[in-house]
Formats: sequence, C-alpha cells, structure tokens
Amino acid sequence: MGKIWTRFGDGTPVALTESELMRDLEEGTEDAADRAKVAPLSQDELKHLFSIFASPYRFVSVEPGKEVVLSYDGTPLKMWRTQVSVNRIQCLEIYEKLMGADTLELGHVDYSFKPIKPIVGFEQPLMEKALMTTTAPIFYGAMPNLGLYSQPDGPFPNPAELMPEGKIEEAQESYEAAAEEAVKDIVYVCSSLYESGADGIVLDTVGAAGDADFLAGLKACEILKKKYPEMCIELGMAGEFVLGMHGDLTYDGVRLAGLYPQDQVKLAEKAGVTIFGPVCNTNTNKSSPWNLSRAITFMKACGEIAKIPVHVNMGMGVGAVTAHDHPPIDIVSRASKGMVEICRLDGL
Amino acid sequence: MGDPLGMAISHAVASGMGGMRAAGDLVARMQMTRGMKIDEAKTYVADKLNVAVSDLTDPVLMTEVRQDLKIGTLHPVPNNPEGIEAKVKIAELLDIDINCVKRLRVS
Repeated sequence: MGKIWTRFGDGTPVALTESELMRDLEEGTEDAADRAKVAPLSQDELKHLFSIFASPYRFVSVEPGKEVVLSYDGTPLKMWRTQVSVNRIQCLEIYEKLMGADTLELGHVDYSFKPIKPIVGFEQPLMEKALMTTTAPIFYGAMPNLGLYSQPDGPFPNPAELMPEGKIEEAQESYEAAAEEAVKDIVYVCSSLYESGADGIVLDTVGAAGDADFLAGLKACEILKKKYPEMCIELGMAGEFVLGMHGDLTYDGVRLAGLYPQDQVKLAEKAGVTIFGPVCNTNTNKSSPWNLSRAITFMKACGEIAKIPVHVNMGMGVGAVTAHDHPPIDIVSRASKGMVEICRLDGL
Repeated sequence: MGDPLGMAISHAVASGMGGMRAAGDLVARMQMTRGMKIDEAKTYVADKLNVAVSDLTDPVLMTEVRQDLKIGTLHPVPNNPEGIEAKVKIAELLDIDINCVKRLRVS
C-alpha cells in the first residue's frame, strides 16, 4: 500500500505511511488513556480504525443497523452564517425535510440564556408556530456562557482580572455569584419554552467558562427536572475535561475541576439530564487519526459507564472533526463511522 | 461554526437514522421521553410499528408504513396528517406524552 491521505486537525491534507498511521492511532489513544485514567483502545479497535482511514473512498459510513439518532446545536445559525436568506422556522423545515434530521433545534442568534431572557416572549410564539408545522421533536438550545456575567458584560467583578492581582477568594466569589444568576436565567428561559410546548432543552457548550459554568448547568437541570419531571434535557459539554477556573466547586460532593467525560456523565445523571453530550476538542497540530483515536478513547469510557443516552459532540473542531468552517467529508464520515462503531453510542 | 453539508448532512448520511424519511424522529422520541438507549429505543419503535428493526432506516418501507399509520411523511399526502396532527397520532402509537400535543389538548 502506498501512502494514505488524511489530514491534520485543521484540515490540512497530509500523507502518512502505514506505520505512521498506526503510530498516530496508538499515540492518540495512549494520550487519552493517560489523561483520563481509562483503558486505551485494543489492538482490534486500532486495526478497525486503521482500515477506516486506509479506505480509498472519499466517504465512508456505518454498517447497516448501526445507525444512531442525531441531535444538533445552533441549527438555524449554521444557515444564517452562510447568509442563506431563510427564517428560523424555514431552517427547521429544511433540516427536517431536506437534511434527514432526526431531531430539530430552535436557537437564537445570540446563543446564550442571558440575552434570551428579556426576549423570551418573542421566542415562545416562534416555538409554538414551529411545533404546529413540524413532526420531528424540537429542542430549544442555548449556552450558560458564564462569561457574560462578569464585567464589562455583566454585573460581577471579572475573575480574569482578579486572579492576576492575587485576589483568589474574590475571583471565586465572583464565579459563585455568576453561577447563581446563570441558574436563574437558564431556569426562566427553559421553563418558558417548555411551557410553549418544546420537546426538550439543549444546554450547550456547558463548562466553557470552567467549573462554575458546569455547576450552573447541573443546578439548572436539577431545578428544571423537579419542576417538570418529564422534560428532556440534553447537556452538551465544551471540552474533554472541566477547567478548574474556580477550583474548589463541587456537585454532590464531587470536585468538578478536572473531571473527564466518564465522570461528568455520572453527575449529569444525578442532576436529571436525559441525554449527555461529551466533547473531545480537536488538536489542530496532530493528524486526524491521532485525534479520532484519542476522542474515541474518552467517549468509549463514557459510553460504557452511562445509564442515559450519550450523543457525542461531532461538530466542527470536536470529536476529531477538523477545526475548519468547511469540514471535509472524508474526515467527518470517518470520524462518524469510527465513533459510532467502536463506542456504544446512542447518537451524535 | 461549520457548514451544514460538512457536518449535519455528512453525519446524516454516514450514521444517521434518516429522520422522517424513515423512523429517526420516532426513535429519537423514545430517547427523549423514556431515556432509552439506542437498541432499546429501536426495538420499542419497531414493535409499535410492527416492522423489523432493520426496516427503521429504510425510506421506501417506512414511507409506506408512515402513510398507513398517518404519522407524517416527507412528501405531504392529501388528507394525511402533517405537523401537530401527525404528532397526535405518534403520541398514541408510541404510547408517550408529546409536550405540545398535551398542551393543545388542555387548551
């Protein structure tokens, strides 16, 4: 066999020899196993990944019978960013009728709960209208985005300014106050959309601002599930481990900083999350085989322990999908097939 | 970020269930309402539709099944339910509560 064409994590093409490809697969899984303290992929699994990357076809797919459910984040935004002139209900109709979407997701262009709160009264009738004309289940999605709660965008002192000044306790207090406010906004917006008939809620990119962001997502889920026991909540993460920006926050006695997907999902289950969306960020300096092997190692450990459905994040820049606005289908299809076939997944 | 063809469409073709071209929306509902894992959700839906699990992603077979059961089809059929009317039928067929259907009945 000659060289195998694949890509780096940023999408740049690269040709690897067979031994280079296998070396990248082995190093990717070893890196993830070492970081998350989970088992690396077996030789059979690595050989399967090798065959996926060595396939001469530009597009590959799972074997019939292994298909999974797809859920989405920021659905209308994906079209608006390309300046396609469609409104949000039309976006959902296109996803449902033209793109084979299993679920739909309504979201606002300013995709965070805080800015949605004052305009939620305009979001509700849109959701109600969308529910009249579509058949697939509709989520409403947004991010906790704790960054919006610190100065100059929000009311609380900016921890990123306090920490370099050595004001650690003040920074921690600011994170805690921000998390409490975020919980109120998430609960308010999600309650409103659920009472308008939404089938579910997506808390997206949870943990983007660190452990306080993750805590806000978990606490909001807990409150919402007590209020609406039948509510479906999909909680999607921001990265493979929780950044310890605060460092001392806990949920149900478990320290949040540094948690990897197999431990994140346990807390998500305790908080009442219905579907968990773990993430592994793509390293643009490494090859796609390295990234996919690494991502699958994290996700396999998570899927094996999860009691709830797991939908792994496989959008741009995560799950070994290249960090480029136009993800190449050769890598996306290989990542999709490899992830679904090796992990015991319920969806993407 | 990322464009719909590169992500959503590629995943739908590579590993998705096909949405309402087939039975993807129905399997999704069982994950969402009952927290079922994928195999359990597929088996549940297949039993309710009286088809094999392998039929659930077949757009030819499922179009006929969806039309017969009046649970919404990709191409609208005259006098067949669409939108929320189809969801009323789906709720009955799958024996689940669908939030908007429940609220419609209450109002």
